[in-house]
Amino acid sequence: MNYLSVRHLTVRLKGGGLLLRDVSLEVAAGEVRGLVGESGAGKSMIGKAILGILPRAVEITGGQIVLDGTDLLTLPPAQRRIRIGATCALIPQDPLTALNPSHRIGRQITDRLVDILGWSRMGAEARALELLADVQITAPEHVLRQYPHELSGGMRQRILIASAFAAEPKLIIADEPTTALDVTVQKQILKLIAGLQAKHGTALLFVTHDLGVVSKVCQSLSVLYAGKVVEDTTIRRFFAGPAHPYSAALLAATPKYTDPTAGLNPVPEAVLAAVRAEVEHG
Amino acid sequence: MTLLRTILLRLITTAVTLFGVAVIVFVVVRVVPGNPIAMMLPPGATQVDIDRLTAFYGLDKSIAQQFLIWGAGVLHGDFGTSITSRQPVLALVLGRLPATLELSVLALAMAVLMGGAAALTGTRLRGTRVEGGIDIAGGMALSIPDFLWGLILILLFGVLVPVFQISGRVTPSLKLPFSSNFYLVESLARLRFDLTRDLLSHMFLPALALAIPLTAIIAQLLKQSLKETMHLDYVTLARTQGYSEARVIWRQALPNAILPTLTLVGVQFTFLIGGTVIIERMFSYEGLGNMAIDAVINRDLPLIQGIVILFAVIFTGVNLLVDLTYAALNPRLRHG
Ligand SMILES: Nc1ncnc2c1ncn2[C@@H]1O[C@H](COP(=O)(O)OP(=O)(O)OP(=O)(O)O)[C@@H](O)[C@H]1O
Ligand SMILES: [Mg+2]
Repeated sequence: MNYLSVRHLTVRLKGGGLLLRDVSLEVAAGEVRGLVGESGAGKSMIGKAILGILPRAVEITGGQIVLDGTDLLTLPPAQRRIRIGATCALIPQDPLTALNPSHRIGRQITDRLVDILGWSRMGAEARALELLADVQITAPEHVLRQYPHELSGGMRQRILIASAFAAEPKLIIADEPTTALDVTVQKQILKLIAGLQAKHGTALLFVTHDLGVVSKVCQSLSVLYAGKVVEDTTIRRFFAGPAHPYSAALLAATPKYTDPTAGLNPVPEAVLAAVRAEVEHG
Repeated sequence: MTLLRTILLRLITTAVTLFGVAVIVFVVVRVVPGNPIAMMLPPGATQVDIDRLTAFYGLDKSIAQQFLIWGAGVLHGDFGTSITSRQPVLALVLGRLPATLELSVLALAMAVLMGGAAALTGTRLRGTRVEGGIDIAGGMALSIPDFLWGLILILLFGVLVPVFQISGRVTPSLKLPFSSNFYLVESLARLRFDLTRDLLSHMFLPALALAIPLTAIIAQLLKQSLKETMHLDYVTLARTQGYSEARVIWRQALPNAILPTLTLVGVQFTFLIGGTVIIERMFSYEGLGNMAIDAVINRDLPLIQGIVILFAVIFTGVNLLVDLTYAALNPRLRHG
């Protein structure tokens, strides 16, 4: 059964244009679904809609976000918030801004366990130590007492990953979790996320630009263009030959899968124009 | 180590500042017209009397000589003798200091509470009419200076609806069991809440007049930095964890948004203390400010000098306190 199923979701700028057009996507329990698309396509917007953190300027005008059988959009706000907090987690894009500079690392992992999920302080602290070990942080006791500015970007992203897995969530949304890191660290972080996801059997919606990452981590894939899902497929089928011309162009634009030594081929403007026309009128 | 050096450096600059202030006041009060001795003596005193008293207070010497004599005394804790009351300046000034400190700190506390509450409410209800109302009220509060607020409050709550006292520090007929001049603090410490109430009913209006402009400044600045903080990633992350809007503001945004406000509040607090001079006069409140005005009217040179030096010490002390608090609250500075 699908743990998350987004159905016909439409999001628009208040008094403006559509940002998401009739988006449907599903993530089964324990599955990793990739979400790709060019910058501005609306990938983050989907994640925000699911987690209930859409910007104020934006509103949902239709569709459902069904989480474990319940349409979140029908719940009263307070209930929705608590349900999301208890079952979902976000791994953010930029670890440098996602930790509160005023609080020690320990609090930032344990507070929500205690405040929202009703754990004991001691239980939460023990869990935090265990989690930091899981994300391969040495001297976790010391790190728990440190402030974010004392840690590197890679360390901070490890902490955010640990925090995301802290309460055994059923669904994690990772929004380009490695984009802000340097290349050597990116690989380690990816490995960590994939490892923890497999260990805990968490459903994962993985937002990325990088088809290379998709091929390594994901089982299924949604391709987004201008707020519309233009392809919803499995990884095997996608790399065997995408059905949609935009997907094909995207794949061709990624040198790794055709010829690793070749330069970057941008998606041809003709293809983009055709897809744009299709999305806007279809 | 760095903290120690910072404090040492501050002490040196403070000493230099105080010396500068002392020189300026000393010269200014002697250059402006008005002879304190002539004002003390009854009409019809002879020139001989005047000369004798002038010599007695050392006012016949040159300004430089007078300054050296006065400065030597100050270094021994002797600020001279008040010309009008013939009592040691230091004792007079320290006797009044608690009244002014209590009034200023009460005003500061009121401004922080009211301004903080307005900023938090405005942030929680941002984009609504309530936020608009808070902005308008803040603009009004700022466009009227503290002494005019004093007049308005006297008219409203002293005359029209007389619920508060508008004159003095405490009801004169009350027997005060206090051993210091920190009446408010002592009344609380001795659990004499009847006296606390009487003191507060005297202090409330002058404190409010002093607090209103600062309240508006705190409300505007804190709300602005809270709203900026609300867009940051860690705040969004806390939202996904199930925290309510109110808790997100209080726990995630406030600790970071408060820092820029703190610095400004420090500067503004010194202005507030300066405002006590007129406000104390207006409410016949027996503090330093009121004493300062009397001293100026009577050309009581030693007393004026003492009061000004004390105000300067308070100002630099407040600034030092703000810097230390800022360092203590900001984790990025705490570790050097
Ligand atoms: N706060 C906001 N107010 C109004 N419009 C917004 C806001 N945030 C994003 N948008 C618009 O919504 C659209 C989708 O943005 P979104 O951030 O989801 O893109 P994305 O696919 O995540 O891109 P990227 O790969 O750059 O992160 C964009 O056109 C963007 O301009
Ligand atoms: Mg994005």
